[in-house]
Amino acid sequence: MRLKTHAQHGSETFKANRAAHLALLRQARDAAEAAAQGGGPQARERHVARGKLLPRDRVANLLDAGSPFLEIGATAAHGMYDNAAPGAGLIAGVGRVHGLDVMVVANDATVKGGTYYPMTVKKHLRAQEIAEECHLPCVYLVDSGGANLPNQDEVFPDRDHFGRIFYNQARMSAKGIPQIAAVMGSCTAGGAYVPAMSDVSIIVRNQGTIFLAGPPLVRAATGEVVSAEDLGGADVHTRLSGVADYLAEDDLHALALARRAVLSLNRSARPLPAGTPPAHDPEDLLGIVPADLRTQYDIREVIARVVDGSDFDEFKARFGETLVTGFAQVMGQPVGIVANNGVLFSESAQKGAHFIELCSQRQIPLVFLQNITGFMVGRRYENEGIARHGAKMVTAVATTAVPKVTLIVGGSFGAGNYGMAGRAYSPRFLWTWPNSRISVMGGEQAAGVLATVRRDGIERAGGQWSPDEEAEFKRPTQEMFDRQSHPLYASARLWDDGVIDPRKTREVLALSLSAALNAPQESTRFGVFRM
Amino acid sequence: MFQRILIANRGEIACRIIDTARRLGVDTVAVFSDADADSRHVALADRAVRIGPSPAAESYLNAWAILDAARTTGAQAIHPGYGFLSENPDFSDAVTQAGLAFIGPSAAAIRAMGIKDAAKALMERAGVPVVPGYHGEDQSPERLAAEAGRIGYPVLIKAVAGGGGKGMRRVDDPVRFPEALAAARREAQNAFGNDAVLIEKYVATPRHIEVQVFGDGTRAVHLFERDCSLQRRHQKVIEEAPAPGMPDDMRQAMGSAAVRAAEAIGYSGAGTVEFIVDASDGLRADRFWFMEMNTRLQVEHSVTEAITGLDLVEWQLRVAAGEPLPLQQEDLTIRGHAVEARLYAEDVSAGFLPATGRLSRLRFPEGVRIETGVREGDAITPWYDPMIAKLIAHGPTRGAALDRLARALAGTQVAGCTTNLAFLSALLAQPDFRAGRLDTGLIERDLPTLTQAASPPPEATAFAALAAADPDAGPLAGFHFWTPLTHRVALRRGDEAVTAQVTILADRATVTLDDHTLEATRRGDRWQVGASDFDLLAEPDRITVFAGPLGTHVFAIPDPLDRETAAAGADVTLSPMPGLVRALFVAPGQEVRRGDTLAVVEAMKMEHALTASRDGIVAEVLAGEGAQVEAGAPLIRLEPADG
Repeated sequence: MRLKTHAQHGSETFKANRAAHLALLRQARDAAEAAAQGGGPQARERHVARGKLLPRDRVANLLDAGSPFLEIGATAAHGMYDNAAPGAGLIAGVGRVHGLDVMVVANDATVKGGTYYPMTVKKHLRAQEIAEECHLPCVYLVDSGGANLPNQDEVFPDRDHFGRIFYNQARMSAKGIPQIAAVMGSCTAGGAYVPAMSDVSIIVRNQGTIFLAGPPLVRAATGEVVSAEDLGGADVHTRLSGVADYLAEDDLHALALARRAVLSLNRSARPLPAGTPPAHDPEDLLGIVPADLRTQYDIREVIARVVDGSDFDEFKARFGETLVTGFAQVMGQPVGIVANNGVLFSESAQKGAHFIELCSQRQIPLVFLQNITGFMVGRRYENEGIARHGAKMVTAVATTAVPKVTLIVGGSFGAGNYGMAGRAYSPRFLWTWPNSRISVMGGEQAAGVLATVRRDGIERAGGQWSPDEEAEFKRPTQEMFDRQSHPLYASARLWDDGVIDPRKTREVLALSLSAALNAPQESTRFGVFRM
Repeated sequence: MFQRILIANRGEIACRIIDTARRLGVDTVAVFSDADADSRHVALADRAVRIGPSPAAESYLNAWAILDAARTTGAQAIHPGYGFLSENPDFSDAVTQAGLAFIGPSAAAIRAMGIKDAAKALMERAGVPVVPGYHGEDQSPERLAAEAGRIGYPVLIKAVAGGGGKGMRRVDDPVRFPEALAAARREAQNAFGNDAVLIEKYVATPRHIEVQVFGDGTRAVHLFERDCSLQRRHQKVIEEAPAPGMPDDMRQAMGSAAVRAAEAIGYSGAGTVEFIVDASDGLRADRFWFMEMNTRLQVEHSVTEAITGLDLVEWQLRVAAGEPLPLQQEDLTIRGHAVEARLYAEDVSAGFLPATGRLSRLRFPEGVRIETGVREGDAITPWYDPMIAKLIAHGPTRGAALDRLARALAGTQVAGCTTNLAFLSALLAQPDFRAGRLDTGLIERDLPTLTQAASPPPEATAFAALAAADPDAGPLAGFHFWTPLTHRVALRRGDEAVTAQVTILADRATVTLDDHTLEATRRGDRWQVGASDFDLLAEPDRITVFAGPLGTHVFAIPDPLDRETAAAGADVTLSPMPGLVRALFVAPGQEVRRGDTLAVVEAMKMEHALTASRDGIVAEVLAGEGAQVEAGAPLIRLEPADG
């Protein structure tokens, strides 16, 4: 049935909401555009003066003209490391080469020589994780000096650090997920393993170098004096060492060779998703969605602006009404939608678990629209076993084998985050709106909890605590929560895959689903449901 | 009327004849060479007979094979078209002797006009004005020089057996006469095996005006004149009828003279009497002189058809079948003005060199008559005349006809082959020509302007870039979060590299060129750039943009993988494996080209030829013949050829 809208376009609320969302969008846009500028004008000029293409241009020319680019972590490391690593010095995302979805991972050598900060590693690994889950061929456009030495303790030793990149390459290769590298600049030390561990590697003449130790280190270690080109240049690696397979004359040639390598994968191109547009204009989302997270609104207004023809087969509409579930299509792709419409009750959680089972049985991917303050609290609810019902939903979300895509459109607090396929539940993609907030609980609540504990302590000692003192006590906690729950703070740390423009929600979900569907569908085996 | 005729020709004229024959209910037999086996005229004819391999001398000039084809197919008559055997009296004779009708004049009439000086003498006797000149037997240089003096400089020396400008010399000054004469004779001897020359008055501001005649063997009528002054090296480019500025008395005089010429030789069928006209003082009834008579249907007959409303091929068939001339002179009138352009496969910028290629696109607009022997997909081969089509426009006035033709040329789409389309358009727009001030030197004088290759408008480049980029379509095309990706499109236009930056967003695109930024929108498969809606043809290696009046522009798509790798390189040639230097072919100081064999190394019972990786000079030979060398041992070192 086609969803109806109750949007009031001319209303003051609509205008105010829109203005607020536009301001938030500007913040996100500024952050993303700054990241896209990499290491700044001087570094970019130096880079181009060497005859190299800028990393975004490399990505553009690797991909088909007009290819969508589902970029991940566009604002990674935003506000971190004194803003020294815009975009974490890495561009990653899903695009198309000869009509095939591929994961592109491109170093940005204008950012500290493309060296790996902790967030760079995390972004690289996240890209590989997506590629592995979605069976996407990986193309690495390598131009990196390796680990960022001042940060070596957070880059090198742990499980999900630098070494994991090559582990992933080997594992993906073993699964038949192609690994292709084009060495377009330095590829030093551990980085040397990116091309070496690839199925196919390309290197650019007089520009790409691959070595375990660069000339200075060689000289220090053995006294041998050797140029970078003779040590590990393109000629050496394609003619003598066999570390690289194709010799490219320049960046564009290397990208053409990489495209050719994708063509030789013997995979079939997939059509881009398309479908009937929604009957209601996605532009209205900015006016409909309240600027203040505490204002309740009907999540169907969002669904109506995302799904094909605004056509939604709502399942169990009259039961557990604070969770909206139903079937729809997003650009021709069937989906089951699970969307918050208020706080979760036992019924909502049971309904959610039921619906996820249905989708799993039918192999319909799930889309979670998260706007959740959490599960209902209080004696009545605890006593009726809301934790038991919540657990059912969490079990369903955790163990379903269908691809999940999560979008945080509002709050993401507490256990609600778990039931609605938060990051810990490995959705294939997780996106956020600029108005969203994520934290273990609301800042007010957190400050309240801490203040209560404090007050108890003071009063137990016979002391007095004035409201002013209490407010003063609560402020830093509240401020910390406000700062840390901000979507750009979250995205900087790759708690999600990116902040998106709400008006592009439909496209983002369509591309996410389409990417996810590259992987063969698996059948689900649920865990034990606490009945 | 005949029941079946054979057309001893190919291309547009064969198709043109088939059209009329079909309308008259006459069966047609086409003949073809191997190169033409799948050509349009073969497809159109009722039957087709192979007459030989591709060279014209072994096919379309093979009279025996053609007659044999006529016999075996039961054709009653042979239409020779133009060119090939059309003005060969022996062929005309052979056709008649085989008991078939020759659709054209008698062998005697062809012969009478075949040798120019004899023809002129004949015409002079018939009262047809001829250019003052000397056509005598006495070929002594002294006599010729004296005659030149009598005629008055400037004069022309022409080969008696000549044509096509060979053996022709203009002399302005008596001092130059002897050397010009010697040169003309040499050329004539080489070209025609006959070094006899004639001397003629050189006509200033000459116009080529010819009169279409039609004879029944005794009487003749004329179908008015055509102006063919737009020539390049004696090749007609644009023809029109009537001649601009032609006074009635001169038309009368020229028509009568042409009729006298035809009747003097008992002419039968269609013929053209060519006159040279001195237009230095406007067109005057006493300033035209007989040049020659073409005893066949001409390429440009269509403009006469347009202004008279007649079908000359029909007339040819009727007269050859023994019917009387369909109309008398007083029945013939001129209606409006017609102009024809010859669309050729030729490279104007390379000095009008004939071009070849497969016509991956061949489309003509409505509103003009098109005569063509090729279809989209056909090839222009090097074997025959590279004409693609004639475009004939007719209008109530000259201006209207020219406008119509210009529009038609702008709407003509040819891809796969270089053409003179832009040249034709430039010519139509040439101010002197537009104003009716034309002469046979116009093209040559204005050649730099007329042949200037027009740069493509930025929109055309944008179209090409979009077509070459072949971007994904649909609502997700170019999807991005915050910063769009810009795709670089590399193209080539001739020797010039063209780079465009293309940014796609759903059904819109931004194309950035060196100094322009253009917005485009997509509807289905087609783009619109700004307000331009050019048509184009996208092929794997090139994009042809049809920019209407702004020309046709071809952009090659270079293969990004086609790069010189590993080649331009190593100075030192190394032994590929351990072995014996079996032979050395170079010595220090020797210049070598890339790919030259430098040495042979024998290893594992195989001989390995080592070739130069680039051009250069041998600086050192580092191993001797018979030496045992290791893998990777340097054998020869090059230094750059330019030092």
